[in-house]
Amino acid sequence: MLQEVVPASLDTLIGEAAKIKVESYRFVTITCVELSENTFDLLYHFDRDFQLKHMRLIVAGEQCVPSITPVYFAAFLVENEIQDLFGIHFDRLAIDYERSLYLDPEVQVAPFCKFTVARNRCEKPIVIPESTGSLKDWKASDA
Amino acid sequence: MLNTTIPFGPQHPVLPEPLHLKLTVEDEVITEVFPALGYIHRGLEKLANTRDFHQVVQVVERVCGICSMMHAMCYCLGLEEMMAVEVPPRAKFLRIIWSELHRIHSHLLWLGLFADSFGFESLFMQLWRIREKILDINEATAGNRIIVSVNMIGGVRRDLDRDQIKMILAQLDHVAQEVRRLGTTLLDDYTVKKRTVDKAVIAADKAFELGLVGPTARASGMARDMRMLGYSGLDQLDFEPVVETDGDCYARSKVRFREVFQSIDLIRQALARIPPGEISTRVKGKPEGETVARIEQPRGELFYYIKANGSKNLERLRIRTPTFANIPALISMLPGLWLSDVPVAVLSIDPCMSCTER
Repeated sequence: MLQEVVPASLDTLIGEAAKIKVESYRFVTITCVELSENTFDLLYHFDRDFQLKHMRLIVAGEQCVPSITPVYFAAFLVENEIQDLFGIHFDRLAIDYERSLYLDPEVQVAPFCKFTVARNRCEKPIVIPESTGSLKDWKASDA
Repeated sequence: MLNTTIPFGPQHPVLPEPLHLKLTVEDEVITEVFPALGYIHRGLEKLANTRDFHQVVQVVERVCGICSMMHAMCYCLGLEEMMAVEVPPRAKFLRIIWSELHRIHSHLLWLGLFADSFGFESLFMQLWRIREKILDINEATAGNRIIVSVNMIGGVRRDLDRDQIKMILAQLDHVAQEVRRLGTTLLDDYTVKKRTVDKAVIAADKAFELGLVGPTARASGMARDMRMLGYSGLDQLDFEPVVETDGDCYARSKVRFREVFQSIDLIRQALARIPPGEISTRVKGKPEGETVARIEQPRGELFYYIKANGSKNLERLRIRTPTFANIPALISMLPGLWLSDVPVAVLSIDPCMSCTER
């Protein structure tokens, strides 16, 4: 079971990350879990002397999450991965692949979500049921 | 001076797996690096959600073709903790033995590839010839050379008999002797030093800042080895992490070279102290909750996050592999190097793209 979990909100995320860094914690990774149709659990993992500390942030799919790369540069790769696979957008990412780390630029779906969220930066997302197919098909059928 | 962007990879003679680096150079000096991934992303984390949690052992073994056993071990350790399964002591020691065998063959593979990256073909072939002996041990004890598939939730599938233990000890003596003989070339040769000393240096504070792990971090003076957590009976063995302080390509190869002997020592200790008894426990019920498991893979810290909801399928399996943590090192270490040093520097972090992209 996870031992030390610090809750965070969108407003406190960067402050909490900075506090953790001051305490000499190393950045390990971020885990994204899809809790429901439009809610995600972001778990930030840190390590100091083999003790893990976790920071939990629960976000809605349409919310922009501030990137922690200004505090922990090493987080840029995993934040890009989450952007690709879960469609969550990170704001002020140090190196932003704009959803092309793993995906081709034309891919609009978020492959790790049950319900895919297609988005362009921080605009309101378009929710597409998984069975519907690509954004292009969905737009065509809507028309 | 003229700025030029040169693609390095995804197909390159020194890269065993596809990694693409966009290198900006001024004349022949690197000024900027942009890594591009995504050539072998297989979505294995997603696949794990669609399989029975017992079957996921076989899924995670396919994350990496070099350290398959370590992935399965880490996953099993996580689920065993979540389900409060007490693994028999003999199974723990057997896991140590096979995992350290994997570390040896991975390090020998890397040392060979590293020699190849600066054109030392005969050293490359000698190291790979020695590596074959470890793969022979794997085949003789687990039935397969690389994907040994010995782990299961609750223990291991195979045991070692007295003859096999004797064979392992004899082969390890032979491997130690042969690797030691190559040490003179690997560590003292003029050409090797010329290509690796003071190349792609990462200082300790930078290594911490970038979140580096494994031999790459230990070569920069960080005494961080997940085996110090004492998982799977490692707390009963004598163990000190191998640390170097120069932080260059030479220090990274020295750490791995020394770790080959360390792993041989750990296997000898484990074989000397392995207790008799069962090798697995029957696992009942289904997992529920969330947990984190970490072990030391040949390339560094392997991190598994597992979330389960009491059904046969996991809710989420997240794998953070060591190369994923070491990719930022490339952005830091390459600028300032000559273009001809890039293959050596890239190889020095031992990049495993199958692991990284999963």
